[in-house]
Amino acid sequence: MTNPNVVLHVADVHKRFGGLHALADIDLQVEEGQTHAIIGPNGAGKSTLLNVIIGKLAPTSGQVVFDGTILTGRKPYQINQLGIARVFQTPEIFADLSVLHNVMIPALAKRDGAFRLNMLRGLDSETGILRESEDMLEDVGMFASREMAAGSLSRGDKRRMELAMCLIQHPRLLLLDEPTAGMSRHDTNTTIELLKKIKSRGMTKVIIEHDMHVVFSLADKISVLAQGRIIADGTPDQVRGNPKVQEAYLGGTH
Amino acid sequence: MRIMSRNDLLLFLGFTVVVLAMPIWLHPFGAAYPDLLQRFMIFGIFAVGFNILFGLTGYLSFGHAAFFGVGSYAAVWSFKLLSLDAIPAMIFAVVVSGVFALVIGFVSLRRSGIYFSILTLAFAQMSYNLAYSVLTPITNGETGLQLNLNDPRYLDTTMGIPTAGQPVPTLLGQSLGGFAGFYFCAGFLILAFFIAMRITNSPFGMMLKGIKSNQTRMNYTGFNTKPYTLAAFVISGMYAGLAGALLAVTDPLAGAERMQWTASGEVVLMTILGGAGTLVGPVIGAWLIKYFENIFSAINETILHRFFDVLPDGLDNALVAITSKFVGEGWFLTLGLVFVLIVVFLPGGIMEGVRRIAHLFDRKPKGRPGKAAPQPQPAE
Repeated sequence: MTNPNVVLHVADVHKRFGGLHALADIDLQVEEGQTHAIIGPNGAGKSTLLNVIIGKLAPTSGQVVFDGTILTGRKPYQINQLGIARVFQTPEIFADLSVLHNVMIPALAKRDGAFRLNMLRGLDSETGILRESEDMLEDVGMFASREMAAGSLSRGDKRRMELAMCLIQHPRLLLLDEPTAGMSRHDTNTTIELLKKIKSRGMTKVIIEHDMHVVFSLADKISVLAQGRIIADGTPDQVRGNPKVQEAYLGGTH
Repeated sequence: MRIMSRNDLLLFLGFTVVVLAMPIWLHPFGAAYPDLLQRFMIFGIFAVGFNILFGLTGYLSFGHAAFFGVGSYAAVWSFKLLSLDAIPAMIFAVVVSGVFALVIGFVSLRRSGIYFSILTLAFAQMSYNLAYSVLTPITNGETGLQLNLNDPRYLDTTMGIPTAGQPVPTLLGQSLGGFAGFYFCAGFLILAFFIAMRITNSPFGMMLKGIKSNQTRMNYTGFNTKPYTLAAFVISGMYAGLAGALLAVTDPLAGAERMQWTASGEVVLMTILGGAGTLVGPVIGAWLIKYFENIFSAINETILHRFFDVLPDGLDNALVAITSKFVGEGWFLTLGLVFVLIVVFLPGGIMEGVRRIAHLFDRKPKGRPGKAAPQPQPAE
């Protein structure tokens, strides 16, 4: 790595599914504190790339390095414990539990690590975790619904809660997989506001997004993926002006 | 640091009182005799433990009777080899069944869902068949493992405790027959309930609920879910072993039929009938099933004929012919029917029914606030 600011380095990653070359020769460098968007048409390999980063899929060749640690071959929980959290395309939440407990669980994961047989203390004597979780919910504007079952929330609120579940762990890197997919304009806008708000905390973010409005209002850097390859890389303005990108993706609409 | 919240303390105290007073309040139901009361306690413990794995963690084991049986055998061996005192037997049984659960759980938990259930079922049936065949030296096969006058009982002999007549389990020299046996078992049920309550309300318990709710999220949240599920499996296996040991204390004869799949299925029914995932539900389920098993299996055609006596002869015979299929040996038919009804109409079990009724009463006063409060309470 030549650039000392690079915190996540996807190095020469290839991923094949049988005959399909889903990712080819991906080289991606994400700098500390930046919001790095990955865009591209459907089937370009965006989700595959995210799954390779988070350890859900093993690359056919190449590796992913996070702050000097090789992520390839590690399990999702180990990758999380290194400081990487993920927001899913369809919110992955604890639907049967209350909103407050949904946020307390990741807070306990951060404090106690991957496994701890903590069964002598009552949950209500975990005042530190409790206060932290309530503050977090206050932060994302969900304190009022803390006693509700998470499964009964609206889609926008589920996403907001999932974000809170990630943020409470103070991750160094946050991965967002289409955080506004399937949301109304209103929910999309509140999510953008929330993401802008947490941007000031200096957390590095990798965001996969379809919605150009979201991408151009959040990203510092954009990589454009098409047919499993990165065809352009740069600031939003550079990418917007790139003729190859216009052709492959933006289709002249911008 | 608070040990328990107010509500939990009330629940625990209420539970304790209900259990200890069972010989009194079960009297009108004709169920206040020690033998049945002991079974209420024993299967209550079994169900509470099973619920930790099934209700909290979401792993449906179909082989928990294996741990129950292992607990029984271990306890009887302790009576034979160590001492007639119940305490060493209980400790020995819980440890042995815990180790057994660790091994079976380690393998079975490599899979989840239906494959996990099948694996546990396979292991339990394997244990059952082994107990009848290869392991006859340990289990005494079909005859069952019993106490003998000339058992070595090394601990008792070294301490110079003589055994007079037919050997029976004791507690510090006191016999554990009748109501003494009931209170002995009741103490363990209360303890078992207390521990289950602590687990449910602890961070560990919340992790188990998280695993049941969304295991993927648990993994991406930084939890290694394997040791959590294994811990839940071993704990519930130890509960089953404890229950099995108590059965051996009250009746020191261990047979392999305790490990059969029907016994494993029964604890599943108890938990679901009462309400999986709730604290008291499984205990209530166990009590109800054991109570009605006791009643229904005792009914025979003569009793039915007497019951339908007032009806005309033809109708009487027809009704007896139909109902007799559901009683006596046919009790399992009734149980199956009730189970189907519960799963279809009340999937949360009896506890959900209670909640629905409570909700019904709860809404009325809330609908008209201010009206209930100013009403003066009648003096008593």
